[in-house]
Amino acid sequence: MFFDHIMTASEPVEGTNPQDLSRRAFLRASAATGGGLLMSIARPFPGHAAAEADAFAPNAFMRIAPNGEISLIMPQIEMGQGTYTSMSMLIAEELEVGLDQIRYEHAPASDKLYTNPALGFQVTGGSTSVRGFYVSLRQAGAAARMMLIAAAADTWHVDPASCKAQRGVVSDASGKRHLTYGQLAEKAAKQPVPADIPLKPNKDFKLIGTPAKRIDVAGKVNGTAMYGIDAKLPGMKIATVAACPVFGGKLGSLDDSAAKAVKGVRQIVRIENAVAVVADHMGAAKKGLEALKITWDEGANAHASQTDIVGALEAASHRDGAVGKSEGDIDAGMKGAAKVVEAVYQLPFLAHAAMEPLNCTVHVRKDACDIWVGTQVASRAQATAAEVTGLPLEQVNIHNHLLGGGFGRRLDIDSITQAVQLAKQVDGPVKIIWTREEDIQHDVYRPYYYDRLRAGLDASGKPIAFHHRVAGSSIVARWIPPLFKNDVDFDAVEAAAGPYDFPNLLIDYVRQEPPAGMTTGWWRGVGVTHNAFMVEGFIDELAVGAGKDPVDYRRSLLGKSPRAKAVLDLVAEKSGWGKTMPSGSGRGVAVLLGFGTYLAQVAEVSVGKDGQPRVTRVVCALDCGVVVNPDTVKAQVEGGIMFGLAAALYGEITVKDGRVEQSNFDSYQVLRINEAPAIEVHIIDSQEKPGGMGEPGTSALAPAVVNAIYAATGKRLRKLPINTDELKGA
Amino acid sequence: MPYTLKINGTDHQVDGDSDTPLLWVLRNVLEMTGTKFGCGAALCGACTVHIDGVATRSCVTEIDNVGTAAITTIEAIDATPAGHKIQKAWLDLEVVQCGYCQSGQIMSASALLASNPKPNDSDIDDAMSGNICRCGTYVRIREAIKQAALSGNTNERRG
Repeated sequence: MFFDHIMTASEPVEGTNPQDLSRRAFLRASAATGGGLLMSIARPFPGHAAAEADAFAPNAFMRIAPNGEISLIMPQIEMGQGTYTSMSMLIAEELEVGLDQIRYEHAPASDKLYTNPALGFQVTGGSTSVRGFYVSLRQAGAAARMMLIAAAADTWHVDPASCKAQRGVVSDASGKRHLTYGQLAEKAAKQPVPADIPLKPNKDFKLIGTPAKRIDVAGKVNGTAMYGIDAKLPGMKIATVAACPVFGGKLGSLDDSAAKAVKGVRQIVRIENAVAVVADHMGAAKKGLEALKITWDEGANAHASQTDIVGALEAASHRDGAVGKSEGDIDAGMKGAAKVVEAVYQLPFLAHAAMEPLNCTVHVRKDACDIWVGTQVASRAQATAAEVTGLPLEQVNIHNHLLGGGFGRRLDIDSITQAVQLAKQVDGPVKIIWTREEDIQHDVYRPYYYDRLRAGLDASGKPIAFHHRVAGSSIVARWIPPLFKNDVDFDAVEAAAGPYDFPNLLIDYVRQEPPAGMTTGWWRGVGVTHNAFMVEGFIDELAVGAGKDPVDYRRSLLGKSPRAKAVLDLVAEKSGWGKTMPSGSGRGVAVLLGFGTYLAQVAEVSVGKDGQPRVTRVVCALDCGVVVNPDTVKAQVEGGIMFGLAAALYGEITVKDGRVEQSNFDSYQVLRINEAPAIEVHIIDSQEKPGGMGEPGTSALAPAVVNAIYAATGKRLRKLPINTDELKGA
Repeated sequence: MPYTLKINGTDHQVDGDSDTPLLWVLRNVLEMTGTKFGCGAALCGACTVHIDGVATRSCVTEIDNVGTAAITTIEAIDATPAGHKIQKAWLDLEVVQCGYCQSGQIMSASALLASNPKPNDSDIDDAMSGNICRCGTYVRIREAIKQAALSGNTNERRG
């Protein structure tokens, strides 16, 4: 999403070609307090020239202490995707240390120091981490190694080229003299940062490309890993909150006498649209909240309904949209077609339901504000706290944590803003925890999309004209307004023609927002997940209409995309595509290009007489360019498939009387282990630029499943979640 | 009112309403944060602990109902033979992603293995379907339980 869009607009994606490597990162080195080497990194970014001028700050990025301890300050946050391990592998590869020799720290908030090259600010999202940092982190590691070697060569009065580094030790040519990185760190800090930083050729990689063990697992297996919700502070109180259940509504009157009588309740705190109970522990806070007698001022949305929301989207889909992409002549193409096929596809609002409910611990004082939280956007968290408290940015400290799931939810800061508004009224640190019900009913939802697809076919059934109109709310306009240009949400139309080649193409976008106060946001796979469902379902219809095999039909449209064809061919081979399935069962396929990765999946589904589909096996083939950690790639595909399947089977947020109808895992069902399919992942050996892997595994799943259901039952599903009533007796 | 809870072999005195869920006593009062909050309604399993060896959702277990039973949490599960094997298998197979649900997964899996040393797929489904993982680590959870089961007698206490 962002990455492809912005990098296309500003500078080429970092790759593995030598000419790319010449655009080196701006590295700074200096001595650490108490000795040691500090490295910082900053890359010029359009509109952020300041990053070059004053990028250096102590502890910015990598610290080698005199005792040899190597600390990496992670520019990207770990939410399960394995980025701490991948980031560390990139540095360790060039620094010549083992993963076991480094420790990690979460970065503090700073757009200058920890800018994601893809976006120009501090953000983890859009499957951008490896793509964004693939070259710059390696350069930082290589530069530090060269400076450490230079320091050793100086000490021994030998040519640096005669020395070598291995596992944090520099040795001379004889192999008899050794100095550790710790011993060299202080002297290395005085060396100039090399102007030319050659990187290892791929064939010399020792770590990159190996299934390295994750560096964050031990604490996650023994309970010591610290998430935001685990923050512990002396004197800390626990609070839980109820915001107006009606979107855009406010707090009316409140009777808190019974709540105050609950043992352990300390304080009731109000803000414009919410009330919180502050207590000694969450048990008392929840009990206190239940004892409040609240009258809400429900406002304009008191009667907002799902029917109205979808009706408005349906109407929007009939209007001409802003042009996202136009090639050839769509009208002429349609006019010259032997047949025109049209279909409407719909996707519902979705919640994220990350396992760690939203929470934020805040301590506001006169001269400072400290925040303990897990966020994908640390600098935005800092900014909102500064705004709410009136403190300057530098007096707001963000202590980031491991994230108990992100999936896009922690790209938004609404819960942090609210927490600071509440905490301002509390003396001492307070941890605000949303209940699961609050988390689901006040999420930032994946937009509802109502899309029209139209294809003009030649006599053989091949599309000569393709029109995809997207109607939905705009995340980009809200979340990163400068990039909402010409009324087009670039994410909403991302991959809206799939990886295919159509001679006449029109993609247009109609913006239609839900009722004010209902916010839509990023959800795993974002634009690609949305459009892969629409396009891959529709293409499957066209294949069937043409009497062609769905794999063969797709292959015939991928003439300009050999990498897409390769993953499609591989998934067909590995899945046994074309082999007979039992009655009531079928295989479905989907292929996509998203986040710089080509990926195809085949799902095997059986449908019972009761209409219940069971996904038994998913085979995935992918080409994500150079792989940093193949086991992480595999894990992301496995998890992405489960995430996509939960949405396909169950995911749906609906609105009644201005309120979200779902509230916990009983009404917002997710996937459980007894429903998990067997999964096979096949990674194509590739030397192409690294692609993102956090999301495409999710994106391909739903279309593969509905196409398999068609193969099993002859029922074409154009809307999620899967409606089992439609499949009964099929 | 005051309660004495036996947690991981140690007695802890706590004071609270009788209906206070054990989860919040563990997390907020005793600051044992390995046990996680996920739903508050016994729907997700993130808060799973053992009470006299039985996997139990601490978010709906009122402290008044615990009595003198022995509570075991993720912080001490390594001391049980089944827990130790499960944790090792979790590490060997790189099960975790975000990791937030994994305390509960490991507690449920340990209880399963302690009571059923050779669980089949159906046993695993029955014992583990109350534990949600949004990262979708289910394939590896299943493999890890099977690997732990293969790693020898789980009924012997470790040395």
